[in-house]
Amino acid sequence: MDLFEGLPEPVAKAWERSLTTGRAAMSRRRLLRAASLAAAGSTLAACGIPPAAGDKSGTAPEDAPDHSREEKVLNFANWPLYIDVDEKNKKKRPTLDRFERESGIKVKYIEDINDNNEFYGKIKPQLAAGQDTGRDLVCLTDWMAGRIIRQGWAQRLDPANLPHAVTNLEDRFRAAAHDPGRQYSYPWAGTACVVAYNKKATKGKKVTSVTQLLEDESLKGRISMLTEMTDTIGLTLLDMGVDSEHFSADDFDAAVARIQKAVDRRQLRRFSGNDYMDELNSGDIAACLAWAGDVVQLQFDNPDVEFAVPDQGYLFGTDDLLVPAKARHRSNAEALIDYYYQPKEAAELAAWVNYICPVTGAQAEMEKIDKELADAPLIFPDARMIAKGKNFRPMSAKEEARFEEKFSKLIGA
Amino acid sequence: MTAVATPPPAGPAPGAAPGTGQEPGTADSAGGGRRSRRGLTPYWLLLPAGLWLAVFFVAPLFYQASTSVQSGSLEEGFRVTWQFSNYTDALGTYGEHFLRSFGYAAVATALCLLIGYPLAYMIAVRAGRWRNLLLVLVIAPFFTSFLIRTLAWKTILSDGGPVVAVLSSLHILDVTGWLGLTGDDRVLATPLAVVCGLTYNFLPFMILPLYSSLERMDTSLLEAARDLYATPSTTFRKVTFPLSLPGVVAGTLLTFIPASGDYINAQLLGSPNEQMVGNAIQKQFLNVLDYPTAAAMSFILMALILIMVSGYLRKAGTEELV
Repeated sequence: MDLFEGLPEPVAKAWERSLTTGRAAMSRRRLLRAASLAAAGSTLAACGIPPAAGDKSGTAPEDAPDHSREEKVLNFANWPLYIDVDEKNKKKRPTLDRFERESGIKVKYIEDINDNNEFYGKIKPQLAAGQDTGRDLVCLTDWMAGRIIRQGWAQRLDPANLPHAVTNLEDRFRAAAHDPGRQYSYPWAGTACVVAYNKKATKGKKVTSVTQLLEDESLKGRISMLTEMTDTIGLTLLDMGVDSEHFSADDFDAAVARIQKAVDRRQLRRFSGNDYMDELNSGDIAACLAWAGDVVQLQFDNPDVEFAVPDQGYLFGTDDLLVPAKARHRSNAEALIDYYYQPKEAAELAAWVNYICPVTGAQAEMEKIDKELADAPLIFPDARMIAKGKNFRPMSAKEEARFEEKFSKLIGA
Repeated sequence: MTAVATPPPAGPAPGAAPGTGQEPGTADSAGGGRRSRRGLTPYWLLLPAGLWLAVFFVAPLFYQASTSVQSGSLEEGFRVTWQFSNYTDALGTYGEHFLRSFGYAAVATALCLLIGYPLAYMIAVRAGRWRNLLLVLVIAPFFTSFLIRTLAWKTILSDGGPVVAVLSSLHILDVTGWLGLTGDDRVLATPLAVVCGLTYNFLPFMILPLYSSLERMDTSLLEAARDLYATPSTTFRKVTFPLSLPGVVAGTLLTFIPASGDYINAQLLGSPNEQMVGNAIQKQFLNVLDYPTAAAMSFILMALILIMVSGYLRKAGTEELV
């Protein structure tokens, strides 16, 4: 068997040269012996994990083969309870069903995102290997969307296919730090992280600040914060009078230390994902950090649940739609994004999910659906409310890893 | 894999072989061929399990071993640099988590044994015609998912729930609070909840092996002990318990090993102060994206369990337990 069998001619020649001359020259026998001796070690060593591709070439629209024309399907991965459903038949999703009828595109809607990190862990191996993840459109929180874009794993969107989105996206969403000019992603909804509490569990006491969460003796063991680093640390920073859009590594450490103190005193019951709602509802958690849309939804069932926007501000973010690299149906995905940027559809969606609506003109449409919701500051924030919303500043990859490590130690692991 | 599905080619069936195969004087070609084929049979039988282990145990283990000595970051890629400091760093940072995991697992295993032994004895020796029904009841929890059952405990043990109210009015929570197992009149988000969750979830793994070794016990030995004027407690110490030792060893291993690597109970029933090493590994993999440290921690966990288990087996004297 030839050692260089199967290699292209020039490569084989180069190998041959380097082995027969120069320092790598070895008799073939020695070579083989060395190879077998080193087998275990070298196979271990060969197992490295390749870098997250900085290979941007594959992400240009013209490079990713789009099969939208032949295959009228769209695989859309979203968070649970993040789309409107029919009151009577929970299987029916009015706006999405209408999209299918109008466009002729069959949407496979999967609610398989429960946690940004977990979902990233799920799709990362395929993205890193340059394979299709089987999902054409995914909804991820801004910082995670930013990570995917940074790694070159998102497809650039074609503005020509997004006429409504381009015109109707609210101005303040356009200058997103993680995706300037919105080349890769469009917001599905804006999120506001605030303080929520169960009046019954706090015996009527109002909880309005992170300080109170972390220090009020009467809440000991009955408060929770979120496993999303940006929200928990962001709100704590704001509470400490630090701008979450411009903070230093020391500020970050100080916020972590402050929460750690509360953890050590057993003030915190736990750090939770989306699953804090049950406990807030039952009163096991008396007060917590929460996403405003969730709280508004919960209030329909439980009038004891209240939320408060801290005086220092709330943490504002977006959940962004993006098309992963190598996804087969980019144009279909763009059609769906554009569909939801029509004011009427956007209003219908927002009326159900109760999150901040990023679409201009949706407020006027909402008046026709529900007058009260059209005035809800957490769906259509007024100028004062907008000013109170702060982003979490963008982080470099190194910094993000360092922050995540400190944060995950804080949350108990 | 096709080799697994198809039986060894031609040749006599193993049962039919002895007559011809054992004749020493037959022609070399035919007899020798049969003999060698018969000699291969055990290997054919080992093949499915061997392939399974190679693909789903050895390969991942090997991959993780490699990962555990790499360095780098997600964006730059990870390369093997034989960075053994991953191990010492992990132990240094998460030593507390390791200790806590083994502590909780040990307590849960002891509780499982205390609860499971009398039950297994009752089912094996005294249950009579109820035996099968009782066994089904022991296995019944497996019909629903582990996760759902643990989530159910969250509701049952909730602060405003009846369980906490009863425990509190009986002052049991004062006692557990004094022991440092609970605090502030609640059960959830305390060490007690995590240990109880572990005990509950792994109890069947203790009962079943105990049952199977107690069930095989010759009850006439108990009669003999009684005839020889042994008190019930002496009978238990000298006859029943030694005879059930294989079940005890199997049960404790089946409970302790998975319990020390468990992370669901700590995550759902514990607070940040009760997180176990499984949680730490999960966070390293999914949040911090530090695969090398996560892999190193998994290996440390495996190694520590292996050391403890082999020490335990030596003490328990497995050679007599077959």
